[in-house]
Amino acid sequence: MQLIRNGKFVADDFATVGDEDALPDGAVIVSLERWQKERDALTARNTLLGVRLKSGQEPSAIADDLDKLAVVALEFPVYRNGRAYSYARLLRERHGYKGEVRAVGNVLRDQFHFMVRCGFDALEVADNITPEIWAESVGVFSLSYQPATDGREPVLSLRQRLAARASAREAV
Amino acid sequence: MYRYDEFDHQLVNERVAQFRGQVARRLSGELTEDEFKPLRLMNGVYLQLHAYMLRVAIPYGTLSSKQLRMLAHIGRKYDRGYGHFTTRQNLQYNWPALKDMPDVLHDLATVEMHAIQTSGNCIRNVTSDQYAGAAKDEIEDPRIVSEIIRQWSTFHPEFSFLPRKFKIAVSGTPDDRAAIRVHDIGIQIVRDGKGEIGYEIYVGGGLGRTPMIGKKIADFVPKEDLLAYLEAIMRVYNMYGRRDNIYKARIKILVHEIGAEEMKRQVDAEFAEIRKTGALHLPAEEVARIQAYFAPPAYETLPDESTELNKAVVADRDFANWVKSNVAAHKVPGYAIVNISLKPIGGTPGDCSSEQMDAVADIAEKYSFDELRVTHEQNLTLADVRKKDLPAVHAALKAAGLATANINLITDQIACPGLDYCALANARSIPLAQQISERFADLDRQHDIGELKINTSGCINACGHHHVGHIGILGVDKKGVEYYQVTLGGAADEKTAIGDIVGPAFTEEQIVDAIETIVTTYLGLRQPGERFIDTYRRIGIDPFKESLYATH
Amino acid sequence: MAQHSRKGAQIQALTANRLADGIVVYLTADNRWSESLQDADVIEGKEAGEALLARAQPAIDGNIVVEPYLFEVVREDGNIRAASVRETIRQAGPTVRLDLGKQAELPGVHR
Repeated sequence: MQLIRNGKFVADDFATVGDEDALPDGAVIVSLERWQKERDALTARNTLLGVRLKSGQEPSAIADDLDKLAVVALEFPVYRNGRAYSYARLLRERHGYKGEVRAVGNVLRDQFHFMVRCGFDALEVADNITPEIWAESVGVFSLSYQPATDGREPVLSLRQRLAARASAREAV
Repeated sequence: MYRYDEFDHQLVNERVAQFRGQVARRLSGELTEDEFKPLRLMNGVYLQLHAYMLRVAIPYGTLSSKQLRMLAHIGRKYDRGYGHFTTRQNLQYNWPALKDMPDVLHDLATVEMHAIQTSGNCIRNVTSDQYAGAAKDEIEDPRIVSEIIRQWSTFHPEFSFLPRKFKIAVSGTPDDRAAIRVHDIGIQIVRDGKGEIGYEIYVGGGLGRTPMIGKKIADFVPKEDLLAYLEAIMRVYNMYGRRDNIYKARIKILVHEIGAEEMKRQVDAEFAEIRKTGALHLPAEEVARIQAYFAPPAYETLPDESTELNKAVVADRDFANWVKSNVAAHKVPGYAIVNISLKPIGGTPGDCSSEQMDAVADIAEKYSFDELRVTHEQNLTLADVRKKDLPAVHAALKAAGLATANINLITDQIACPGLDYCALANARSIPLAQQISERFADLDRQHDIGELKINTSGCINACGHHHVGHIGILGVDKKGVEYYQVTLGGAADEKTAIGDIVGPAFTEEQIVDAIETIVTTYLGLRQPGERFIDTYRRIGIDPFKESLYATH
Repeated sequence: MAQHSRKGAQIQALTANRLADGIVVYLTADNRWSESLQDADVIEGKEAGEALLARAQPAIDGNIVVEPYLFEVVREDGNIRAASVRETIRQAGPTVRLDLGKQAELPGVHR
């Protein structure tokens, strides 16, 4: 498993720990259950924290805690389960979350583009993914018809700008 | 009709390049079948009983002559010289090779066509009324909003891995020819008290193993908010639709389980939030831009009556019969809507040879402003034909073997490909449709019987829409033998109903006789002016049960 | 008649689709893939079925064929016949287009 963060292959500085595991030193990502049970103890550690949400655990469950979290990891139990795309958008657009939104689980190259558009800025990917594959997959479509979290200008608005420029040119 | 601009072209070309890469990786072995399958399924490529199948999108069923000629060409070059028009207004090829698929997509892209989202758990091709732009009582051409939805839903990053496939249909007239109440989302274009155009929204309709009629959850969504409202529905579905059981994953099950009221509440709440951001607000300029593509063609000012037409009707009985069943009223005086039946007696519903496609393309170019439509009942429509040209159009269609005069009659049947082609089927559908067609071939008898829709599916997935046939036939497998279960009283129009099962299933040998018994029972009990469905609604299922089973 | 095969001791053959063009093929006794059911290796019993599936594996791994499975056949007058309607159609072609598929191309196809 490797971590791509903001388009760069980086070492994962967070340890994902199980519910029964002892907490290691440094930054950790815990389950929602553990977070809810040990919130105070975890925040008292003074290290970076992340929470991992399973499919079915909605971002609203941690909405009030987001300022304490450096990472929210959203799980794709299987690539076909696309719930976390909505979760990512809600985190960013509804809850205004500015920390890392990480895609974990069954994360395949043919989804990179969609994930980034929905506000994921970090992806845990298989070891066979190279920087070349990443670049090709994430940039597969140079245009988008619809607005999403990435702020990319949709085709509709490109058209309007084009039309405005054309009419400005005519006016001159 | 809509034409691609540089942006549309670029996206489709990037898709062709992506799929070319994926096919190359599969053929070289870089991708395993397990890895490749979901990728090909995002692009309309299935592996069926005999070979691969490619489903080509025909957005809201509208085609230009040039596009139809390309479909004909692809049929000849990469397939076996024909294609199959489906109930989703799409075209399927039954024999293309995987290695040729990228070239097929490239050829399609040259005429602004693609196979994007024709399979997979995403928002599929939007379907609509084949009479769009020509219907008398139309509030607005439904293709404008259909095209807006097509663009919004194409490669939607949030909704490409839904719990299950998702189908949207739009109707612009009170008469529903798009079956909107049996779609995941049905959009009815309406006008409010102030004369503003907006949308009535139905959600949770569908066929398959659990047929449901869509529930209305909005009376009037303003035009500029439509995409925000649709995005709200999709988000609720993506988050709460069931993913534990493929048979319970469609939105109709969610709506059924939480209730239409709760669905409405959740969608309204999400809609309010999305609307606040303004990102999906639909600018009037963009609506106008797309609307301009669907501006009415250059109709001539003509008298509504055509002496050429009247003379030909008197002179030629075949022609008169064809006018009676296949020609519909047009909103513009002197014009008519022509339906081309793809249901010749004894033929395969929806099949069309490359030669026939070329012929229809020529006719459309010459007589109907270069454009045609595919209907969800697997026929074709020329929407804007001058009445005085009808004799010439009929003659040209006749020469191509396309002048069957049976629209809406008993031999105008919907049938899925069934076990002759489909890997999922339990029984054959096409041979059954053919036998019924031959049994009722006599045109006088067909006209005497009147409007009667027989829909046949070869398995519970209901691609043949059997639940909403006036008479529905479902092929089932009983210990290795094909049986056929019959439902009565279904309808897919503005009075949508799911048919009632009449009783125990029939064998292949019995089924055509059983259909005839049903028809005879109706003929004996109908009151003047009643269609089959009217009689059924009045008298119910019992008289049919009795005549079918009492003597057995 | 969608079943590929029924339970119990039975005579079976193995079918798949060629990867590159999707055409239906059958595994032969000398581990080739033939378009004709008449060339298929026919086996009897569960263990022999598993062995037949194992023999298909190299062609799966080698990206020659996809979606292999066993199905029931019967021997009749020296010919191999598919037992189900589904497999009969698969080895012949659509019953509504006798000019297409193997029925139009190969000898020994039954309907």
